[in-house]
Amino acid sequence: MVSWISGFIFAALALVSAARAETSEFTLANGLRLIVKEDHRAPTVVQQVWYRAGSMDESPGTTGVAHVLEHMMFKGTRRVGPEEFSRLVAEAGGRDNAFTSTDYTVYHEQVHRDRLPFVMRLEADRMANLAIRPEEFAREIKVVMEERRLSTEDQPRALLDENLLATAFSAHPYKSPTIGWMQDLQNMDWKDAQAWYRSWYAPNNATVVVVGDVDPGQVAAWAKRYYGALARRAIPPRKPQSEPVQRGMRRVVLKAPAELAYVRFGYKAPALRDPAKDWEPFALAVLVKVLGGNDAARLNQVLVRERRIATSAGAEYELLSRGPGMVLLNAAAAQGHSGSELESALREIAARVAAQGVTAEELQRAKVQLLAQLVYRRDSFFAQAMEIGELESSGLSFRDAERIPEGIKAVSAGQVQSVAAKYLVDDALTVAVLDPQPLERGAPAHTAPAAH
Amino acid sequence: MCAVLRASIALLLLAAALPGEARVHIEQWTTQSGARAYFVETHALPIVDVSVEFAAGGAYDARDRAGLGQLTLNLMKGGSERYSEAEVDRRIADAGAQLRDNFDLDRAGYALRTLSSETERKLAVDTLAEILQAPRFATGIFEREKARAIANAAEAETQPDHIAEKRLYALMYPAHPYGLTATPSSLAAITREDVERHYRARYGAAGAALTIVGDLTVDAARSLAEQLTSRLPRGDDVTLPPPAPPQSGETVRVGHPSTQSHVLLGEAALARDDPDYFPLLVGNYILGGGGFVSRLMTEVRSKHGLAYSVYSYFYPFAQRGPFQVGLQTRRDQANEALKRVRDVIAEFVAQGPTEAELRAAKKSLIGGFPLRIDTNRKLLEQVGVIAYYRLPIDWLDAYPARLEAVTLDQVRGAFARRIAPDKLATVVVGATD
Repeated sequence: MVSWISGFIFAALALVSAARAETSEFTLANGLRLIVKEDHRAPTVVQQVWYRAGSMDESPGTTGVAHVLEHMMFKGTRRVGPEEFSRLVAEAGGRDNAFTSTDYTVYHEQVHRDRLPFVMRLEADRMANLAIRPEEFAREIKVVMEERRLSTEDQPRALLDENLLATAFSAHPYKSPTIGWMQDLQNMDWKDAQAWYRSWYAPNNATVVVVGDVDPGQVAAWAKRYYGALARRAIPPRKPQSEPVQRGMRRVVLKAPAELAYVRFGYKAPALRDPAKDWEPFALAVLVKVLGGNDAARLNQVLVRERRIATSAGAEYELLSRGPGMVLLNAAAAQGHSGSELESALREIAARVAAQGVTAEELQRAKVQLLAQLVYRRDSFFAQAMEIGELESSGLSFRDAERIPEGIKAVSAGQVQSVAAKYLVDDALTVAVLDPQPLERGAPAHTAPAAH
Repeated sequence: MCAVLRASIALLLLAAALPGEARVHIEQWTTQSGARAYFVETHALPIVDVSVEFAAGGAYDARDRAGLGQLTLNLMKGGSERYSEAEVDRRIADAGAQLRDNFDLDRAGYALRTLSSETERKLAVDTLAEILQAPRFATGIFEREKARAIANAAEAETQPDHIAEKRLYALMYPAHPYGLTATPSSLAAITREDVERHYRARYGAAGAALTIVGDLTVDAARSLAEQLTSRLPRGDDVTLPPPAPPQSGETVRVGHPSTQSHVLLGEAALARDDPDYFPLLVGNYILGGGGFVSRLMTEVRSKHGLAYSVYSYFYPFAQRGPFQVGLQTRRDQANEALKRVRDVIAEFVAQGPTEAELRAAKKSLIGGFPLRIDTNRKLLEQVGVIAYYRLPIDWLDAYPARLEAVTLDQVRGAFARRIAPDKLATVVVGATD
């Protein structure tokens, strides 16, 4: 080990601990949680409202409803007209948007610090007073179907991803796409959106995260005034959702217009549950950095640089999630090379790291990369709020932020090899292959059922 | 896990500006080799961001070698006099640094983000100095990267968004290098000697714009600037010609098996030094730039549910850059959506915005200034534009006042002068007929 690297690691840890000291937590009488992180580098602030309801809480037949409701949240309340929300935020010099994931739905505004109470009042209003108008719903569901066409139907690699998850999971709701199946969108009713809103949108199912140039006591006072006036409501019981153990490799092939074959691997793996005791998720994060995520990583060096069978290759793993975790590998073919070549090359690389482990140099490089990213995240208020919200939404606490660099730092080469040997195994693998088809100009490539 | 956004709107807002309360202090000097250097000192985080940009973007490609500029930039990190390609990769990764290339019609260059701690910073900056000043362009790596570029171009040519952009740019800039797009055959014509020649001609110190933001002293920034520019080649001076005025608006329809049609409209419109810059910026916010509240968004998405994303933007370049409008909609709705978009544009150009719209736009743009410079990375981009286009050093500080000064007549006049609705080129990919 080289001494300068450990010097930097201590600096990174100190920075993360300092960040924790600047964070305050409040719980209102109605159950709403407020987490405020002070950062005075710029006179701005971000507010994110996290609802603990995502597409994993949906039922068959109404997939996509979490995301559709997110769209409807901009269509007015009993006090604010349709489209008024965004107009009011824009006139306040702010930016607003929202996103829905498998695990949660988040609404956010970035404004000058003086406008924070204004956007808190707006969010509090739509937390309780949303007015879902059937004619607005009828237009907006069409927008969501266009969104699905744009982001998935006509994007071969995104469609492949959807196929991968639908194949890898047989029971867990991660098998359905957050945007929803097209047929479910076509049959969705405004009452479905309203039922979703009534089930999950309540102060006791929300966490408000504020990061920026603010005084936490003042933010808490505003939160009490605006959010504190809302009534607590019963939230539906959540049934345990687990995926049966996979016993054997699964595969799926997608034919779509493209030039290059593309392969995506998904290995079932754990996510972080107990930051004080779990070590495997940290070892997986390091393993994935050794495999992908920078030019020096193995997949790029072997597949793109040395063997020249791929034009790009990467690896992903999310440490935090409510549901089961997954290690994802991907590679796009070079011309003249097939999906099956990529597939065997990826399996070889997985088998080699399981059999031989990683070098001390690779281990160190992966840790430095992961820790440096934690430092770079501090450049953005939005990214800092995301970190807090993700921790809280996956069942951990924002206080666990400081355990993450410690967990990464503590990973040994032996642990990396052991998680590779345990999880990068064929029996837990789903292979998705994009089989490129020549363009046939004119006719639709795959016939999605016509809308209406 | 995967997230689905409510909207991903192309918000290429023209530049940023400042709240009255937060001024950006920029140090500016010229390095010994003649490069322009700009520095914003900020010690709040242990991070240094650096970007170095050259007049080496797509506009400097020859017609039969389109793609040369991007390939050259990419190959610069493929090994130097001192380091092999693998050593370059490892040194950047070992420093915990992030290196990315930036390429547009005018500019080409690298941006480096590194920790400011001395050992990491030196490792990363020393590697960037080699990439910029001593690239090796080894034959084997040239062949591999050329093959990759050809494969990626062939892949892009199957995708409707890429096809639409390529056709639109060719229509907007029929005889100008801004209209070029790399193709498998233009890339196949490129030789290693072309790359070397392009590098020597375009990566000269005199045309280099260097921007540094972060945790450094002025002295350290000055020595970093020397390290990154003292060994640059001499370079040639090239002035881009202005594009021809917009042609009579042609509509091109291209078949594609996608479920949606991709509809684009555009014309060559706005240069960086244009006196209509601020009226057009404010006007476009109202027309199609202002996120969920623009006229295009209201008409096409909110009222008729025809598209998820619909936008307009001006992308200012050294010469007249594009005014572009775009949307994607189910194939059988493409003609309806196109008609609605054309009507909105024609009405806006003919009548201009209302007093209330102008007031709201100015409030939003001026009130939103602090958000444009509230991270080191955003500052790097904003100051990088000042550096490359030689804008006045107080450009950011003066910005709110220049927005505030925009009048209704100026917006109406600027759109009438700059946008001829009947001359907008139109492309529909995935057309029904």
